[in-house]
Amino acid sequence: MALASNKIKSIGAAQSPLLGAAMFSPAVLYILLLVGGPFFLAIFYAFSDARIGNAEMHFVGLENFRSILQSPSFRVAIRNSFIFTICSQIVVTVGANILAISLEKTFRGRGLIRFLILLPWVAPIALGAIGWKWILDSIYSVITWALVAVHIYKPFSAPMWLGEPRLAIASVLLVHSWRLMPFSTVILLAGRTAIPKDIPEAAAVDGAGFWRTQLQIVIPMMRPIISVAVLFGLIFTFTDMTVVYILTAGGPFDSTQTLPSLAFALGIQGSDLAAGAAISLFLVPLLVIIAYFMLRVAHRAEVN
Amino acid sequence: MAKGISRRFWGKLVHVLVLTTFTILLAFPFYWMLITSFKQNLDLYTMENNPFLFNTKPTLDHVKFLFTETRFVRWLGNTAFVGVVVVAITLVLAVPAAYSLARLSGRWGERLGIGIFLTYLVPPTLLFIPLSRVVAYLGLQDSLWALILVYPTFTVPFSIWLLMGFFKSIPKELEDAAMVDGLTRFGAFVKLVIPISVSGILTVVIFTFTLVTQEFVYALTFISSESNQMIGTGIPIFLVRGDVYYWGALMAACLIASLPIAFMYNLFLDRFIAGFTVGAVK
Amino acid sequence: MAVVETRDLTKVFKEGQLGAVNHVNLETREGEFLVFLGPSGSGKTTLLRMIAGLETPTSGEILIGGQVVNDLSPRERRIAMVFQSYALYPHLSVYKNIAFPLKAQNVKKELHKEKVEWAASLLGIGALLDRKPRELSGGERQRVALARAIVREPAVFLLDEPLSNLDAKLRASAREELERFHRRVGTTTIYVTHDQVEAMAMGDRVMVLNKGVVRQLGTPTDVYDNPADTFVATFLGSPPMNLAELGDVIVGFRPEHFRPAPTISDAAVPFRFKVENIEYLGSEWIVSGTLVGEKLEGKKVFSRLSSAQNLQLGCMYDFAVPQSYLKFFDRSSEKRVAPRVVSWH
Repeated sequence: MALASNKIKSIGAAQSPLLGAAMFSPAVLYILLLVGGPFFLAIFYAFSDARIGNAEMHFVGLENFRSILQSPSFRVAIRNSFIFTICSQIVVTVGANILAISLEKTFRGRGLIRFLILLPWVAPIALGAIGWKWILDSIYSVITWALVAVHIYKPFSAPMWLGEPRLAIASVLLVHSWRLMPFSTVILLAGRTAIPKDIPEAAAVDGAGFWRTQLQIVIPMMRPIISVAVLFGLIFTFTDMTVVYILTAGGPFDSTQTLPSLAFALGIQGSDLAAGAAISLFLVPLLVIIAYFMLRVAHRAEVN
Repeated sequence: MAKGISRRFWGKLVHVLVLTTFTILLAFPFYWMLITSFKQNLDLYTMENNPFLFNTKPTLDHVKFLFTETRFVRWLGNTAFVGVVVVAITLVLAVPAAYSLARLSGRWGERLGIGIFLTYLVPPTLLFIPLSRVVAYLGLQDSLWALILVYPTFTVPFSIWLLMGFFKSIPKELEDAAMVDGLTRFGAFVKLVIPISVSGILTVVIFTFTLVTQEFVYALTFISSESNQMIGTGIPIFLVRGDVYYWGALMAACLIASLPIAFMYNLFLDRFIAGFTVGAVK
Repeated sequence: MAVVETRDLTKVFKEGQLGAVNHVNLETREGEFLVFLGPSGSGKTTLLRMIAGLETPTSGEILIGGQVVNDLSPRERRIAMVFQSYALYPHLSVYKNIAFPLKAQNVKKELHKEKVEWAASLLGIGALLDRKPRELSGGERQRVALARAIVREPAVFLLDEPLSNLDAKLRASAREELERFHRRVGTTTIYVTHDQVEAMAMGDRVMVLNKGVVRQLGTPTDVYDNPADTFVATFLGSPPMNLAELGDVIVGFRPEHFRPAPTISDAAVPFRFKVENIEYLGSEWIVSGTLVGEKLEGKKVFSRLSSAQNLQLGCMYDFAVPQSYLKFFDRSSEKRVAPRVVSWH
C-alpha cells in the first residue's frame, strides 16, 4: 500500500511544477519586464514633467491631466478616437456579415476572391494607407477624376479629400473600415461554418425564408463570435495611429488627431514625454472594458 | 417550374453582385498600386488622362528607380533580418511556455494563460513612449536591435495563446504513453510533442514574421536613419522627398512588399483565426 | 395528410459517378409509417432530403398530395422534419423553438400560444417550455423536436434517424413513444434508419435500400420472411440468413430454422454440423460452426436456438432445415427465385 501511494506521488511529480515554472518563466519574465515595466513607467511619466533630452524630472501630480483636458486638440482627439472606432465597427460588422454570407457556400474562384478580399488585412497597413493616400490625392485622385467624368463636379472644383476636416475624418473612417472588414469577415465565416448544417435546414423546413433564417436563427447563434470580432475590431481601431499618421498626420489643423497619434505628436515629436504618456493612458479604461467582455465571451464559450 | 428557376436566377445574380462589389471595394487600392507602378510620370500627372488606362506605354522606370536609387532593398533586408531574429526569440520563449501553461500547471496555468492573453490586448501605442526611454537608456536608438528587443512583446503573447490551443488538442495519453515507455516529461516534450506540433509551430513562425513586417509604431519611434528603416516605415517616410511623392515608385514598393506577406498570411489564415476566436467557435 | 410519391427519382452528386439515389419509384399510403432502411451510404438520407426539398434531384419527380413539388422550397411543401441531431435552435427557449414554424409561416400571433401548448401537451413537455435546449436531456430534446414538427400540422412527417443519438436504454422507450405518437396523429410518416430493429418494430412498410437502389418494399414480415434478394436476406436478421452456393442457385435459411434434426418433424434437409462457438444471450443461444461433408464442407453457418445446453464445442451433430423454410436466389442476379430441387450432396 505504501509502495502504491509512493508510485502515485511519483506520477504526480511528473506533473512537476518546477519544470513547468522553468518552462514558462522566461516568457513571463520577459513580458513583465517589457510590458509590465513600461506600463508602470507610462503611469509614472504621466505624473511627472519628463521631457526628451532632460534627465531631471519631478513629480507634478495631476498637472499633465489638467492641461491635457483643457487642450482643444485633446478633446478633438478623444472625440475622433470614438468616432473612428464606433462608426468603423458598425460599417465593418454589417459589411462583414453580408460578405460572410456570400462566401459561405463554395463556388468556383472562391479561393481567389478570398485572397483579394483579405488583402487589406494581410498587407501591412502602412502600405495600404499609402495606396489610399494616392487614391485620395489632392490633384490626381482617381475618385475625383471619376466624379468629374460623370459630371458631379466640374474640373478643379472637386473637394480635397484629405484637406477638409469633415472629408478627412470620413476618409480615415473609410480606410479603417476597409482595413478591418476582411478580418471581421473571416472570423464570422469561421463562426458560420461552426453552425451545424442541420440548423438552417431545419429553419428552411420550418418555413423560414432566407432573411428570417439569417436574422432570427443564424446571426443570433453567432452572437459570441460576432462579439469577438467586434471587440478585436474596437481594440485595433481605437489604438491604431498608423492610418491617421500616414493619411493626414493628424491634420488638417489637428482635425483627425486620435489619442495615439496625438500622444505621438506630443510625446515623441514634441519631446513632451509626460503629456504623451498621460494621453496614451486614456486608452486604458476602454481596453479594460473590452478585455472584461472578451473574457466573458471566452468563459461562456467554455461553459457551453 | 419557372418560379423555382427565376428565384434561383435572382438569388445567384444578387450573390454575384454582392461579391463583385465587395471584392472591388476591398482590392481596389492594390489594383491601383499595380497600375500606377507601371505608368509613365507623364501619364500619371496629366489630369485629362483616363487614370484607368495606360495612355502612354507602360514603363518599368519606377521599379528600376526603386531598386537602384532608393534604399528599398536595404529595408527589405532589415525587415527580413529583424523578422528572422524575432521569430527565433519568439519560438524560444513561447513554445515551452505555451506547453507548460497548457499541460503542467493547474489553476495557475489557466490564470497565467488569461494574463498572457490580456497582454496581447496591450497596444504598442500605450507603451511606445516609455519604451522609447528604455531603448535610449540601453543605447539602442536607431538600431534594429531596439526592434528585436521590443517586438516579442506582441509576438510572444499571441504565439503562446495560439500554441496553447494547439498543445491542448494533443491527447495527454500520447505523452503518458511516452513516459511509460521511459521518456522523461521534458523528453516527451522535446521528442514527441514538438514533432507533432510542427504545423502549429510553423503557424507561429509565419504569424510572427508577418506581424513584424506589419508593425509601424515602434519602428517609427525608435528608428531614425534612412538605412535602418523597416519597409513599413521606410516606404512612407523616405520615399517622399520633402513634399515630392514619387507615386510610381511608392506604389511599386507597396505592392512588392505587400504581396509576399499577403500570400504567407493567406496560407495559414485558418490557424490565425483559431487564435482570435478565443474558443467562441468550437 | 398526403401521399408522397417519387417517380424515377435520381441524385448524382458528382458527374460520372454512381448516383447516390437511382431511379427510385415509390408511393406511400395515406397515413402510413414507412421506413427507409439501409446501411450508411445507401442513399436513404439523400432520398429523404430530396423529399424535404433540401437536396435538388438530378432527375425524376417528387409529388406530395398529387402535386409535383420539385421546384417548391422546403417551406412550400407542407412537410415537417426531425433531424438526427434534432437541430433545435440553441438560443431559443423550448416555447420559441416550437413557435418558430408558426412565426415563419405567418400564423396569426394570437394562435401561437394555444398551438404551442397543444403540441407540448401532446408530447408531455408542457413543463419545459421556458428551458433552453442545452438544459434538456436527449429524450426531452427529441420530444421538443417532435413538437416543433407537429405544431404546424404538416401533411407529411420526415424523420431522419431520430433515435440514433439516444443511449440504448432510452431508445426503446423513445421508439415506443414515437409509435404511439404516430398512431395518435395519423400523419403520413417517412422514417429513415439503419437499425433493422427500429424498422421492423415501427414500420407499416419497410423499404430496403442499398447503393441508391430500392431492393425491396414490403411489410416487415414480407422483407424478413421473403427477402427479394441476398442483400435483403443478409441485411435483416442477426445473425443474418445463412447462404450457400449450390450450382447456379444460392440457398438460404435463417439461423432459427437450422436446428438439431430430432426437433424437426417436417420434411427437412439434413446436415452434419460441427459446433465451433456457442454464445449465450440470455433468452437464446447463438451457435456457430461449419457444415461437414461433400459440397458444403467447411461452410460457416449460424444457428439460433432456445437451448444449447447439450451441445459441446468441437463435437458434430445432426442438424436440419425444414424444406419449407429454404429460400432460393439466382446465383448471378442474386434475386429470389421459385423453390427448386437442388442436389445437396
